[in-house]
Amino acid sequence: MFAGFDFGILWLNAPFLWNGMLLTLQLTLLAVGGGLLLGIVLAIARLSSIKSLAWLVEAYVNFLRSMPLILVIFWFYTLVPKLIGRPVSGFYSVLIAFVMFEAAYYSEIIRAGISSVRRNQIAAAMALGLTNLQSMRYVVLPQAVRNMIPVLLTQSIIMLQDTSLVYVVGLRDFLTSADIVASRDNRPTELYLFVAIVFLVICFSASRLVNRLRRRYAL
Amino acid sequence: MGGYNWNWPILFKEPYFTWIVTGFGKTILIAVLAWAIAFPLGSAIGIARTTDNGALRLGGTVYVEIFRNVPLLVQMFLWYFVVPELLPADWGHWVKRDMPYPQFLTAVICLGLYTASRVAEQVRSGIEAIPRGQRNAGLAMGLTSLQVYRYVLIPVAYRTIIPPLTSDFLGVFKNSSLALTIGVLELTSQARQIEEYTFAAFEAFTVATVLYCMVTGIVILAMRMLERRTRIAGTIAVGAQ
Repeated sequence: MFAGFDFGILWLNAPFLWNGMLLTLQLTLLAVGGGLLLGIVLAIARLSSIKSLAWLVEAYVNFLRSMPLILVIFWFYTLVPKLIGRPVSGFYSVLIAFVMFEAAYYSEIIRAGISSVRRNQIAAAMALGLTNLQSMRYVVLPQAVRNMIPVLLTQSIIMLQDTSLVYVVGLRDFLTSADIVASRDNRPTELYLFVAIVFLVICFSASRLVNRLRRRYAL
Repeated sequence: MGGYNWNWPILFKEPYFTWIVTGFGKTILIAVLAWAIAFPLGSAIGIARTTDNGALRLGGTVYVEIFRNVPLLVQMFLWYFVVPELLPADWGHWVKRDMPYPQFLTAVICLGLYTASRVAEQVRSGIEAIPRGQRNAGLAMGLTSLQVYRYVLIPVAYRTIIPPLTSDFLGVFKNSSLALTIGVLELTSQARQIEEYTFAAFEAFTVATVLYCMVTGIVILAMRMLERRTRIAGTIAVGAQ
């Protein structure tokens, strides 16, 4: 089936592809970090007793979750330079798009994790004389974090796959680099199959690890 | 945003208005057709993973793992650029030369097969969430394995997975935007095109955003109604998200 295919081309272009992979990993790590930070803030706001704040955040989360990621990327890619008033590198525009987008998803996971701790546990903590903050710190969060970490990790694996969408604005991530080689040397089969296999290996192993973690730390 | 020239009326000028309408139509059509593949195929794979047949379970697991762990955009490129090369010569020839609407159909197939892997996971978890005793009780009453699925497991499982299936349908609706990478002029790509022709970025992206949000809202409301209607007395409904 693969007669006439030339997989040596991968070796020849290894440094170029590796640079693409570095950009993919960089973007993923920064977006996961930023998305988590913003997601935590959003989740706290959503659970706060200030109704208007909680409502505002809920609207933000639902709004972003009903948009395709590609459209969000287009929005920020054209909007960020206009808002700042000077040209910004595509990387930062896209990074902001990913952080804003992922934060909506992370905040939902964090909120669900905190809500999954039963109410009577908080009541029990209060009855023991713990303050609000203490019951959060010693009772709610230790359980909530255990519940949410596997889901957050799974979402981050999806995020790694989603970074390939920066292709639409021509940022040279792993897929776009492979695409450049593919069209230059007219070798789409070798290049796209290679990209698929690399992602498959990374994401499959990562999700296996997450599953093991889930079983190990399940309450 | 100082100095931005607002130009909302441009959205109603030709050809831009037609671009938006046809783009929106294509987005809906891709989503519905892809779902028509994903729902039955995903159901079959999900059910296969809950049977006692080792080969069926393995086949289902392999399918789900492959389609879930390769980025959708890479899958799109594989279907469009690579699969025609790997097919037997005359098939590949037909796909490349004579197949009608090649980009559109490729996008539908790609999204359908990908979404099937997500539907499969929901169906499997829906069936696995039913206590094992129900299956055993069915078998003890003399039902065949097929009858147990038909009359006991499936009616309960599908009711409980309405909310996650709703998000999967909305997922395929949003993911239809990836079709633009192989040249299908759906809603997002039309908005992008209007932006490139007129520089009315804000207006073009806003109209696309509003349309996406509108459909999402309508689907969620409809599924909540369906969920309320099909609720089994005495169970707690979760509410579509």
